[in-house]
Amino acid sequence: MSSSDRFRLREFAVTSLTKYYEGLEQVIRTDRMPHIFCPGCGLGIILKGLAEAILKSGIPINRHVGVSGIGCTGRLPGYLRIDAYHVTHGRAVAFAVGLKLANPELEVTVVGGDGDIVTIGGNHFIHAARRNHDINVIIVNNFIYGMTGGQYGATTPTGSYTTTSPYGHVEYPFNIPLLAYASGATFIARWTPIHYAQMVDAFLQMFEHKGFAVVEIIAPCVLYGERNRFPSYTDMVKYFRDRCVIDHEADLRKIGISLDPKEPLVIGNFYKVRRKTYEELYKELIERVSKEGAKE
Amino acid sequence: MKSFHPRLLKPGRYFMQGNIATAEAALIAGCRFYAGYPITPSNEIAEWMSRRLPEVGGVFIQMEDEIGSIVAVLGASAAGVKAMTATSGPGFSLMMESVGLASMMEIPAVIVNVMRAGPSTGIPTLVGQGDIMQAKWGSHGDYEIIAYLPSSVQEVFDMTIKAFNMAEKYRVLTIVLSDQVIGHMIGKLVVPDYEEIEIIDRELPDVPPEKLVYPFDNSRLIPPMPIAGAGYRVNYDSLTHDERGYPSVDRDVSFRLVSRLVRKIRENEKAIAEWEEYYTDDADILLVAYGCTARSAKEVVKKLRRENIRIGLFRPKTAWPFPWWRMNELSKRVSKIVVAEINMGQMLHLVREYSARDVEIVHVPYAPGYMPPPSYIENIVRGVYGA
Repeated sequence: MSSSDRFRLREFAVTSLTKYYEGLEQVIRTDRMPHIFCPGCGLGIILKGLAEAILKSGIPINRHVGVSGIGCTGRLPGYLRIDAYHVTHGRAVAFAVGLKLANPELEVTVVGGDGDIVTIGGNHFIHAARRNHDINVIIVNNFIYGMTGGQYGATTPTGSYTTTSPYGHVEYPFNIPLLAYASGATFIARWTPIHYAQMVDAFLQMFEHKGFAVVEIIAPCVLYGERNRFPSYTDMVKYFRDRCVIDHEADLRKIGISLDPKEPLVIGNFYKVRRKTYEELYKELIERVSKEGAKE
Repeated sequence: MKSFHPRLLKPGRYFMQGNIATAEAALIAGCRFYAGYPITPSNEIAEWMSRRLPEVGGVFIQMEDEIGSIVAVLGASAAGVKAMTATSGPGFSLMMESVGLASMMEIPAVIVNVMRAGPSTGIPTLVGQGDIMQAKWGSHGDYEIIAYLPSSVQEVFDMTIKAFNMAEKYRVLTIVLSDQVIGHMIGKLVVPDYEEIEIIDRELPDVPPEKLVYPFDNSRLIPPMPIAGAGYRVNYDSLTHDERGYPSVDRDVSFRLVSRLVRKIRENEKAIAEWEEYYTDDADILLVAYGCTARSAKEVVKKLRRENIRIGLFRPKTAWPFPWWRMNELSKRVSKIVVAEINMGQMLHLVREYSARDVEIVHVPYAPGYMPPPSYIENIVRGVYGA
């Protein structure tokens, strides 16, 4: 491709993305287009959905804070016109915990990939869920490390081919909703970018929910697809269209993902329970101490 | 005039443990967030903070590990609250990743490292001075931090307050390199009247949000810091970023950013660095020691001076920035330098780097875990002196 071709392609991307995000300029940094996401990636749609949810949330935009770590998904909050912190790999949830405790008025949303949140950041994720901090975590699960070129991660289905599993992957993957449930998350949902309206609705419920909210978005990744059963960039999307089953009452133990075209991909708003958050409990503690005095 | 919470430690004279004095100093400095993970010999700081922070309306949290602790501290500081953690060697090693993060995002924070014997798990309950180099060079890339070396309970109190001030002033991570001896020592503490205590808060943008175009303006050595939720809607990035906070791979952007990150400390090193000199005016032998080791070194100077041996003590109170210009001046006036520290040679490298070429430098290493008694240093000095 010549440099003038590249220039024209870039111009085309800027024009089409600017058009795609039209009406959301208040919350999307359209001056940063084109974003880094590949054609065929789900992240552009998720960005749009999250921007729309932020606008619809009724929470002032100034109070929304995005936090992310490293990876393709980690770049997403940087395209939002909100306070955003793009921190080190895996640490987004811990950073969000600090933000929320320091200023409980903030609506803190972590956006990260499967590698960022449940692999390198797994320890922060399970403990923040256990403590039920009032923060939101969007996990974009694309089954692979995309930014580094396509290595396997903690959600890569057994048998998958990646750049570091050239003979097929021999590990078992995490089932994110089950992990979140077992760790203590109090709102758990799973959607795909092609379920756009339901995804935006799940984001809105997540904002409204008081407690640790986890929304897993199963996203197509061309780097994963081309080495596995989805050679064309629309194949994964077609698979989502054909095999997704909405079941809000699903047994979380049975919704692990194999990406086997014969297996259903179960999605839905699985779980919601109101439990006092760490922030609420600590506020009560401060009130108790100021009334009864310190421990001798 | 700053307002001080009525539940802070009152001005007066106390007999207090170094670690507890550290915690009380942090509260006076305005610290209202603590995140930490249990580790000996720093635990008293966390325990004291868990009891005291709710009293003054602050938050204590025990995190899942030291990595999460320092990251939560940076998150809290990003939201505008002065925040700290305390740890020791192994935990300090885990925090190194975020030393770089704090530097890159220019988020003020304080780490108190109560140094213990290493390497690895070492001797958790006993003293070490093995983190002098790690404090400055432990994270990847180029950055600057500030690190204090307290030598008494009073000093760990004063330096903790100063650490918060410097962190806020320069938007930089500041480390108090305390040690197990200072942390567990119970000693005299004088808390001055509050109006005599200097408290510095970070500079906030003084323009309305829509006017703040360049939150990381390189024309300012230390740009004012927009706080989360204040309406500025800024992207803070651990990636190399331009004046707007947007990631960039541009050569000039990289050079401008990284050089400013180090210049803001290097150009102010003479205002930040501190040291103590004891009988250096006519000294022919110069002892260099810091932290708890300096307590033994001072005894040696006192004793040998009574024998008219011309010995003096140079005690850096900041490891970083190191008072290298003073080291250089003193090295030209003496014939021998003796460096005593509880490691196999760390500050030794700084002394070598900045001393005159013809001066003889002798190192006194000491077993990690133990504080060298005055007699040990004295014997080595006598050998060097030939007396």
